[in-house]
Amino acid sequence: MRRGVGRFGLFLGVGYGFLYIPIALLVVLSFNDSRLITVWSGFSFRWYVALWNNERLIDAALLSLRVAAVAATGATAIGTAAGFALARFGSFRGRGLFGAMVAAPLVMPEVITGLSLLLLFVALAETLGWPGERGVTTVTIAHITFASAYVAVVVQSRLADFDRSLEEAALDLGARPWQAFLLITLPLIAPALAAGWLLAFTLSLDDLVIASFTSGPGASTLPMVVFSALRLGLTPELFALATVIIVVVSLGLLLALKLGRVASARLGG
Amino acid sequence: MTVRLLSGRALILALPFAWLGLFFLAPFLIVAKIALSESALGVPPYAPLLRWTDEGVLTIVLNLGNLATLVSDSFYLQAYLRSLQVAAISGLLCVLLGYPMAYAIARAPANRRTLLLILVVLPFWTSFLLRVMAWIGLLADTGVVNALLLGLGVVSQPIALLYTDFALYAGIVYCYLPFMVLPLYANLAKLDPVLLEAAADLGARPWRAFLTITLPLSVPGIIAGFMLVFIPAVGEFVIPELLGGPEAQLIGRVLWTEFFQNRDWPMASALAVVLLLLLVLPIAWFQHVQGRASR
Repeated sequence: MRRGVGRFGLFLGVGYGFLYIPIALLVVLSFNDSRLITVWSGFSFRWYVALWNNERLIDAALLSLRVAAVAATGATAIGTAAGFALARFGSFRGRGLFGAMVAAPLVMPEVITGLSLLLLFVALAETLGWPGERGVTTVTIAHITFASAYVAVVVQSRLADFDRSLEEAALDLGARPWQAFLLITLPLIAPALAAGWLLAFTLSLDDLVIASFTSGPGASTLPMVVFSALRLGLTPELFALATVIIVVVSLGLLLALKLGRVASARLGG
Repeated sequence: MTVRLLSGRALILALPFAWLGLFFLAPFLIVAKIALSESALGVPPYAPLLRWTDEGVLTIVLNLGNLATLVSDSFYLQAYLRSLQVAAISGLLCVLLGYPMAYAIARAPANRRTLLLILVVLPFWTSFLLRVMAWIGLLADTGVVNALLLGLGVVSQPIALLYTDFALYAGIVYCYLPFMVLPLYANLAKLDPVLLEAAADLGARPWRAFLTITLPLSVPGIIAGFMLVFIPAVGEFVIPELLGGPEAQLIGRVLWTEFFQNRDWPMASALAVVLLLLLVLPIAWFQHVQGRASR
């Protein structure tokens, strides 16, 4: 038995080492005073100062956060409706097409999604005169579209292992379907909605390819700016940026874990 | 009452149906249309399919030239084949690395599993581009690995690691590993330990029990994980562009170049159409397997 535990420990060590050594490298290098990766010339916050003063990166980050917040909210609305329909409506006309449209963005190569959306925007601009200029709006629409599929999957799977007797009780006691939905269903799937929103937010914040296709001049998201910087070479400011993101995400996950524990303790789970 | 309910359902369906129809389905029809157009100088850089001739007759001009070029030009054919090959090898590497991890997590004490799973997902929530950047820092000629090798005296001058197939596979496996571990874990965690106890009682050694019980039962998890790595990897652009060599002309990269550098929108569309056709079968199979697993 002890030998078994040791062997599993090796599996875990190799796997997590592979996942975390590059991340540890980013964090360590962000505090390196030297510009060179392999020369440690002392601990310093200078790259964080440089990052703070890098207007192009900060502007792009603010733009990306704005796009991601709107896109995540839109994707949660559309994805929740889609997930609810797939989980609850049984068979309806067009279900096959609907199911395929909801599931396909999950596995669609980004270059195809990006190219096809761009061509749609161009065709719309030609025939309807809208969108006149590609930029924040078109990127946001593109992000809502692909992220809503992820929200739909999260909501659908939450509804799949959902105890329907509570809803039925509400209906038996005279609640109208929409009341039962608002008072019973929605609060119970709220964690799934929050998870879906966060997932959509992260996906939007992280997307380079679809944004590159659907954006226009003057609307460069953070990944677009980072990508063009990376093509010229590594800069320690980007290590500092990576470290900030890693810290924020870790804290967010810790918080989510704590809240999840509190919630499940309250529900007696 | 039923009418009310139906209209409520229709309302809920209408929003996602209309949105996805307009912004997901319709774009593919446009891509297919433009793939059949001739490229032209102008904005947008393609010629319309439907044209009025001088005699006032509406004619449709289909240009199969783009698709013919894709099939006959070995450059494009090579790009497709190499993309499929790289994606398949990456999927296999993810199985080899991810299976032991998923297995170990599923066998870990219950109170540690959540933390272990969160640690698998955490990198996925941080920036994809910046994680690719970490590999540039590791593998560059002046990077960490070469510095270690030089310092230890293993090599006398830096070896080429970045812009090689090694870097390409390292990057893809690194970025897609969570997609392998999660479905595999979900599958392995469902395995009833009673089965393994029964095997042990009947005298099977752990390895034999694993090969005859655990492995066959986890095949749906392996397929799901493989597909979640394979399908997006076929069209991957960022990793081959930043880590792969100039010869790593995978299809995502070729499409990007046709579109952004050559401004040949019809060619890029034709590439997208053929890529989609290549992926329809794996995607349909994946959804079939998923549908069966969730039932």
